[in-house]
Amino acid sequence: MFKDLLEHMGIEPGRLHFSWISSAESTKFVDVVKKVTESVKALGPAKHFIKKEAEVA
Amino acid sequence: MGDASEKIREIAKKLLAEQKVDMVIGFRAGTIPMISEPCFAKTAEQADELVMNSFCGVNLANYLPKRKEKIGIVAKGCDSRNIVTHIAENQIKREQLVIIGVPCSGMVDRRKVASQAGFDIASVSEEGDTIKASGPGGQEKSLARAELLQDNCAICVHRNPVIADVLAGEKVPEQAGVDRYPDVRAVEAMGPEERWDYFDKLLEGCIRCYACRNACPLCYCPTCFVDESQPQWVGKSIDKTDTRTFHFLRAYHCAGRCTDCGACERACPMGIKVRQFTKKLEKDCKELYGWEAGMLENVRPPLDTYRPDDPQDFIK
Repeated sequence: MFKDLLEHMGIEPGRLHFSWISSAESTKFVDVVKKVTESVKALGPAKHFIKKEAEVA
Repeated sequence: MGDASEKIREIAKKLLAEQKVDMVIGFRAGTIPMISEPCFAKTAEQADELVMNSFCGVNLANYLPKRKEKIGIVAKGCDSRNIVTHIAENQIKREQLVIIGVPCSGMVDRRKVASQAGFDIASVSEEGDTIKASGPGGQEKSLARAELLQDNCAICVHRNPVIADVLAGEKVPEQAGVDRYPDVRAVEAMGPEERWDYFDKLLEGCIRCYACRNACPLCYCPTCFVDESQPQWVGKSIDKTDTRTFHFLRAYHCAGRCTDCGACERACPMGIKVRQFTKKLEKDCKELYGWEAGMLENVRPPLDTYRPDDPQDFIK
């Protein structure tokens, strides 16, 4: 539901990922990381929920 | 709705006289038109001030958490569902309460009255399905009550209290065949960027006054995440990102608990449709778990139980 609400607000599907990986599942970890980076790279840099540092005059 | 006033006073006075409760929480006429204010009646004289009309939109369940007294409380359909939620979340004990149920035919949105009347409202009176608005210069206009309901009341499907010890009126027919989520579906049909812009526009006016949070019966944390400064979870200015974070998290804290009572939207001084966030959660909760908040007294809500068949297609 958290993910659904974020996506409802306009966060792109594919930017937020959830997974259960045991410490013994190293291959699954590698797999998931590859998929996550691929899908996020495909979306390009995030545009939302980014706060710029206050500009100091 | 006005007929219930007399009955509420009668019940309240009886409860106080028999010392079954220490106070009765209800409504009395407010100091400005179209706002009935919460009232804590401890004596028969105070109980005589109690009213029930179309402007009692405040959710009285908001005054219950952590109370120690024995309380009589006036409850519309939505209030009663929030009372059920409070009982489930151990905020109040059922034994402390005498619930005076009021079958409700919806609350009137004061902003709609003002805009439809076209003049400043000096006073209003209601008779059946008509609201008569009067202006300061003697203007008068009769308006149809059905056209003036708060947005959430217009789509309400639980007008009768779900728990009550005594009813202050005849049950009203529930609205059937209501489409509760056309607005949520409209947003769902948009692409990501369009959605983001939609909510950006929605929140444009937000002044971070937290009236929506304060009016909400679900928000009873001793220290709210927005007020905490160590650590500071979210910035306190009206920076767009901070504002979005606040609204998003406020809504998410209500997931599976929101009864769509409309208190947040009603309280917003800027007229922001903050229910657009909670409604999405409410819709998802219904679709994923078949759950409507505050309907069942002895069932734990879906977000605090584990079931092997919980939907989990978001986990890879």
